Amino acid sequence: MDESALEAALNRLAPILANEPGWSADKVRRLSGGASQETWAFSLVRDAEPRNLILRRRPDGLSERDNRTVPLSTEAALIEAVRRRGGPTPAVLRVCPPEDGLGEAYVMAEAEGETLGKRIVRDEMFAAVRPGLARRCGEVLALIHGTPLEGLPPLTRASARDEIERYEAIYRGTGAARPVLEWAFRRLMRRAPPPGPQVLLHGDFRNGNLMIHPEHGLTAVLDWELAHIGDAASDLGWLCVNSWRFGAYEKPVGGFGAYEDLLAGYQDAGGAPVSLEAVRYWQMLGSLKWGVMCLIMHQAYASGADPSVERAMIGRRVSEVEIDLVNLMEEGL
Amino acid sequence: MTSHPTAHELLDAVASYIEQIAPKLQNRDAFLARVAANALGVVRRELAEGSQADRRAEARLRTLMGEDGDVAALNARLCEQIRAGAFDDREDALLDHLRASAIDQVRIDQPGYSGLTAALARATTP
Repeated sequence: MDESALEAALNRLAPILANEPGWSADKVRRLSGGASQETWAFSLVRDAEPRNLILRRRPDGLSERDNRTVPLSTEAALIEAVRRRGGPTPAVLRVCPPEDGLGEAYVMAEAEGETLGKRIVRDEMFAAVRPGLARRCGEVLALIHGTPLEGLPPLTRASARDEIERYEAIYRGTGAARPVLEWAFRRLMRRAPPPGPQVLLHGDFRNGNLMIHPEHGLTAVLDWELAHIGDAASDLGWLCVNSWRFGAYEKPVGGFGAYEDLLAGYQDAGGAPVSLEAVRYWQMLGSLKWGVMCLIMHQAYASGADPSVERAMIGRRVSEVEIDLVNLMEEGL
Repeated sequence: MTSHPTAHELLDAVASYIEQIAPKLQNRDAFLARVAANALGVVRRELAEGSQADRRAEARLRTLMGEDGDVAALNARLCEQIRAGAFDDREDALLDHLRASAIDQVRIDQPGYSGLTAALARATTP
């Protein structure tokens, strides 16, 4: 679907979204180039103040099975479920039926703030909110994890062992020979914790998917495509992976905070007890998963599917994961 | 190896060409130009340090495994042995090799990476 067809479809939809005739869609523009999802920004306009909205849609020809992501209608349902509990997620205005002509898609309100981790971690503009962010992330994760599973759309379940097996199989498929990854798979499998409380997980809770406002802090949790059910510590550990600390190594939580603040926020907001040890285990597993993801993305270059220099170069980020894994192993993990 | 130009001169020429056109690019093209410049940096460092790093790795692997072979064959064999559990009771010896290899590789791929700084700081702290 090209941009003008999309704009025409949004124009037809505008009066329905505004619940009033006479509205049209304006300033339609693509935001992210994600392979599994498209994100578009647009405004609803008439004579009053424009309303800024976001369209999420599945690229043509892709199904959720290709990427092990949830259907967009599930994403929308989870965003709404968490929002009803008071969580920071944007209001979903419409899950698009086929007659909207947008394919698999939904429309939500635009959240204000910044998602670029580098700016959130380093920019003076965010200096005032940074000290409270780790705690706030803990609170929001407790809120997400507290969502009753009954009534949610079907979701997959994954334990630590499931994740290790799945990523090890992918790694073997790439044909890469990386001893650090081999050793990490083995160590993590041998030390896999018994499954903890099974909760709704965001699945990709990290810089890049967190909308941060310079005054209001965390305003929206975005990109729910990897949501699933599993160990609570999984989401907490993923947020602490060094690859999204943007150089702020000494602040393990997203490059902006301390483990203690994350855990305190989590517990004070009603989260089940999670140990620092469990968070660090899942952080290590998270680094390993990111390393395998870099190999997968490089494969898209090697196979010719995506000939960009970006995809070629991402394979050279595997060594960043290797040094992080070695550092964690030296700390006893 | 030849000169007039050397491989390094060619790298410099392409790097300065990217630098020259980068200000005229926007959005994704500007981003890709930065990635391309970084890729040239990787190639430059690999040309300068790669073969020495491989020689060091080969020597370490021969000692660690007590086997002969080139670095690629030994590395592949090490992966198999780790998987088979051969290092479960020799963790420290294995980790020494893994640490040295990871440091050498990230020095080529991303010398400014924070995890490298941390690993080097750890190595010099008694």
